[in-house]
Amino acid sequence: MTIFIIQVLNSLFYAASLFLIAAGLSLIYGVMRIVNLAHGTFYALGAYVSAWAVGTAFGHAGGGGWHLMGQLLLLPIGAIAIAAVGAVIEPTLLRPLYRRPEEYLLLITFGLLMVLEDSMKLIFGGTPLSAGTIMDAMGSIPIGRLLYPTYNLVVMAVGLGAAIGLWWFIYRTRFGVILRATSQDRRMAAALGLNVSRVYIQAFAIGCFMAGLGGAVVVPAQAAVLGMGVDALILAFVVVVVGGLGSLEGAFIGALIVSFVRTAGIQFFPEIELAVLYLIAAAVLLVRPTGLFGRA
Amino acid sequence: MNPAAHTEVSVTRTSIAAVAILIGLAVLPYVIDIYQVQLLTYGLIFAIAALGFNLLLGSTGLLSFGHSAYFGVGAYTVAFMVRDLGTVSMELCIIGGVIGTTIIAALFGYVCVRYTRIFFGILTLALSQVIWSLAFKFFWVTGGTDGIRVPGRGMTLLAGLIDFKGSGAFQKFVFSYYYYVLVIFAVVAALMWVIVHSPFGMALKAIRDNEVRARFVGLSVRRYRWFAFIISGAFTGLAGALWVPLNGLTTPDILYWPFSGEIVFMTVLGGFRTFTGPIVGAIAFNYLKTYAVASSAYWQLVLGVVLVVLVLVLPNGIIGTAQQLFRKLRRH
Repeated sequence: MTIFIIQVLNSLFYAASLFLIAAGLSLIYGVMRIVNLAHGTFYALGAYVSAWAVGTAFGHAGGGGWHLMGQLLLLPIGAIAIAAVGAVIEPTLLRPLYRRPEEYLLLITFGLLMVLEDSMKLIFGGTPLSAGTIMDAMGSIPIGRLLYPTYNLVVMAVGLGAAIGLWWFIYRTRFGVILRATSQDRRMAAALGLNVSRVYIQAFAIGCFMAGLGGAVVVPAQAAVLGMGVDALILAFVVVVVGGLGSLEGAFIGALIVSFVRTAGIQFFPEIELAVLYLIAAAVLLVRPTGLFGRA
Repeated sequence: MNPAAHTEVSVTRTSIAAVAILIGLAVLPYVIDIYQVQLLTYGLIFAIAALGFNLLLGSTGLLSFGHSAYFGVGAYTVAFMVRDLGTVSMELCIIGGVIGTTIIAALFGYVCVRYTRIFFGILTLALSQVIWSLAFKFFWVTGGTDGIRVPGRGMTLLAGLIDFKGSGAFQKFVFSYYYYVLVIFAVVAALMWVIVHSPFGMALKAIRDNEVRARFVGLSVRRYRWFAFIISGAFTGLAGALWVPLNGLTTPDILYWPFSGEIVFMTVLGGFRTFTGPIVGAIAFNYLKTYAVASSAYWQLVLGVVLVVLVLVLPNGIIGTAQQLFRKLRRH
């Protein structure tokens, strides 16, 4: 029973980080119709920036409560940095391509992926970076006869908070209305006097922020390593495809499905756990190409 | 000049140019060193893969982001044949590799051609990653990340007529294998040219340009796309089969999705709206990558910048841009 609870918690922890990546990917696709192949790399970059910032500011020595507070407050810096990167990339690299066939947009994000992957190696070096001091400082809570890291619960809370925040933002604010209008009909939105270019920058930056936040919250638990972005992207794709491209609810449910299947897979059928996920994605695409929550 | 006569002229001109280039390529190994010969062989092999890929992108208008699957299935089929069946004949390996790939391409293609545009891309990507994850996880069958070794000098060419024993076996292999690949490349490129210019190829272009109208004319759109998918996969699988003995090793890397991206990259580098674009692009990409890897630890950065600049400034690729310049000069 204890093992079962731990596995459920692990799934939720994994779902939280997957949701953060997938929600950004879905938002960018929903508003701009861009499949961002560099999205996983933004996630990795967020992890690196946060780990670097925490490591530089606080060193590797553990400290008291104030120390921990400072580290936690510094953690979201990765998300902010990636949002800034996104705000620069959209107008300079993506905007010139909107009039061209969508293949070019896909290709340029692939080029970006290659550039950013190696930039990370150049800036942060080949050794993994970690912000494990936060994880250690927060200790663990007993579950049955076992101990579970408290920090993982923080990640789940952040994931849930981000989901609620994003939902409120998209469905309950004026900016959300503008965002949805642009997503449904770009030309009509422009004709009604909305500044579509600005909406695009904002949407891309928010998408990037989510990816960076995903990296930032994960890095105390798992070190930032080269290649983590490339691996994460495909799983985020599975989430988005299962849930429906461009759907926030879809990303939420999709993240839960993928993480529970994966946790069960690692436990019961480790050889084919990844294959099963990709097959689920393919099957959903076949039966319901718009995903479980997508609109045509 | 009527259009038919124009095509005839261009056919003659194309074949003369093609023969001249092939003669040039045949003489080349006597001029350049063995390492360069090996590099060029890699380039020709990737050219076959890119040609196959471009039947989907250029002629049919479908962007596959999962062609690593067909390259990899071709490669792994050969590796299994060599390791488990003790096959040494390269011809048998090629036949096996192409059959294996055709089966997978027929299966995946049947599913994928139901969609176009971005859904097609994601579906091909997802299915290719199924194969990757199997190769990655079933390490007792595939060797996992260690892959399977297939030493080239252990193979025989032309039904056992040429083998590689004794001293200098590797050099002998590289030298002979270059010609072996060159001949296959010439045959395959000619075959693709015929396919693209056949009524079948024209039908694909009609579907690409206007699907609804093509359907009204009576074309079975989905079946045409499926056939194009299978042919495309088989070409790429052939390239994979040829690649293994030259590389000496096959690993899951060639099944992982960034390799699919490299195939797209090659094709766009050369120009996907022209027939020769993918060939030139593949050879150029191979040189570019090899020298970037040799000269810098940050080769991906170099390639990425090239791709970004290419998309922004030269979207028609090397051949497309050259053609535009040529036309401009002629007009003046």
